[in-house]
Amino acid sequence: MNALRLELRVAVAVARKDALAELRGRHATVSTLFFAAIVLLLFGFALGPDAARLAAAAPGFLWLAVVFAGILAVNRLHLLETDDDAMEQLALYPVSRRAIYAGKALGGFAVMLLIGIVVLGAVGILFAVDIASAWLPLSTAVVLGTLGVAAVGTFYAGLTVRLRAREVMLPLLMLPVLAPLLLGAVKATTAAIAGDPFGELGAWLQLMAAFDLVMLVAGAATYGYLLED
Amino acid sequence: MRTRILGFVALGAVVAMTVVGLFVVPADLNQGDAQRIMYPHVASAWVGYLSFGVTALAGIGWLWRRDRRFDAVALAAAEIGVMFTAFAIWGGMMWGRPIWGVFWQWEDPRLITTALLLALYVGYLLFRRLTDDPERRATRAAIVGIVAAIDIPIVHFSVEWWRGLHQTATIGSPDRVLNPSAPMQFVATLLGTLAAFTLAWAYLMIRRYQLARAEAQREESRRVERVMSARTAEPAR
Repeated sequence: MNALRLELRVAVAVARKDALAELRGRHATVSTLFFAAIVLLLFGFALGPDAARLAAAAPGFLWLAVVFAGILAVNRLHLLETDDDAMEQLALYPVSRRAIYAGKALGGFAVMLLIGIVVLGAVGILFAVDIASAWLPLSTAVVLGTLGVAAVGTFYAGLTVRLRAREVMLPLLMLPVLAPLLLGAVKATTAAIAGDPFGELGAWLQLMAAFDLVMLVAGAATYGYLLED
Repeated sequence: MRTRILGFVALGAVVAMTVVGLFVVPADLNQGDAQRIMYPHVASAWVGYLSFGVTALAGIGWLWRRDRRFDAVALAAAEIGVMFTAFAIWGGMMWGRPIWGVFWQWEDPRLITTALLLALYVGYLLFRRLTDDPERRATRAAIVGIVAAIDIPIVHFSVEWWRGLHQTATIGSPDRVLNPSAPMQFVATLLGTLAAFTLAWAYLMIRRYQLARAEAQREESRRVERVMSARTAEPAR
């Protein structure tokens, strides 16, 4: 019990460090949010201006915008660590690797959750989707979806941050792995907006939760190898 | 020598099963000659999946034992797996065009799963080339290979549901080929092609593994040479 509490404290400390760095002038989240907004506008250009068609495709837009913004966000969180060899310092701490992974993922999750909430609101406004009446299932989907992006993204960003072709490799590795989460999130969002006429919402949310759990465990189990090498 | 014999046996088996598949087995009643594509298609999809399983297991082996032979196996399997998976998708498209009327059927869960699988392992191979240090490369590649393998069942189920919650099974789905109610001739041809492709896979695996070991050796001797020449270049004190 004590060991678990210690790991939790380490994780929170790592996440807090990232949050502080972000608040003290890096402001990467703001630019990532604007990026997500621009992606939504471009989707509107690609499929508009037919309002019915845009509303039907809105769940897909929502999650593609979140995933694209997620690539930038998790990359930023690890770039932070390459300055002044901070990654080596992090690896030298006498704490478990799992806790460090959990902390980085927690920081990523905080950023992703903020992006998810803002993008959900923007989708509701831009594509005339009624999000207020289904706020509970939609926010559950946003929490599970952004957690999955953060879990996978933290892992792959840690893997690619020291590579030459980082900008290409991160999405190339991350996006196919995220595909099942994307499917589940789009389906859950579509079902939630439509009022769940086929009673499938629970199954999709469960799929997302299972994905999150598997990827968090896989990330926690292997992140140590990344720090050591 | 034994490897060479295996190679000739595999070649003979593949040629024989090609002849059987094209000329001996009768054409399918519903699908006609297009159904003959199923034999190499199913067989290459099978060895593709086999390869990625081997890549993941070899990755675990490397993390556990730190023996670089495991890494050579992982590389060989991933490369051969990508080749066979690409071939399976290509064959599926050639079959889908006359049977479904389209090259790409979004409602076929197996096609989507296999396409994502190909993307995962092409990423794996590209990723391998970006790390110069062989030990680091082996570790990083092992992690990518293991996580990709963990992702495969989730991809499979999600894609299955994605279509399955609304749509009934597509007509002429590849299941029919393996259906035991099919005449024995079709089943025997399919199993024979599976065996022939597995033999060919084993031969290619051995050769690619040998090549990977030779590459690793050259990499190592170059590194030693660089260190030595840097030392001799130092002025004598």
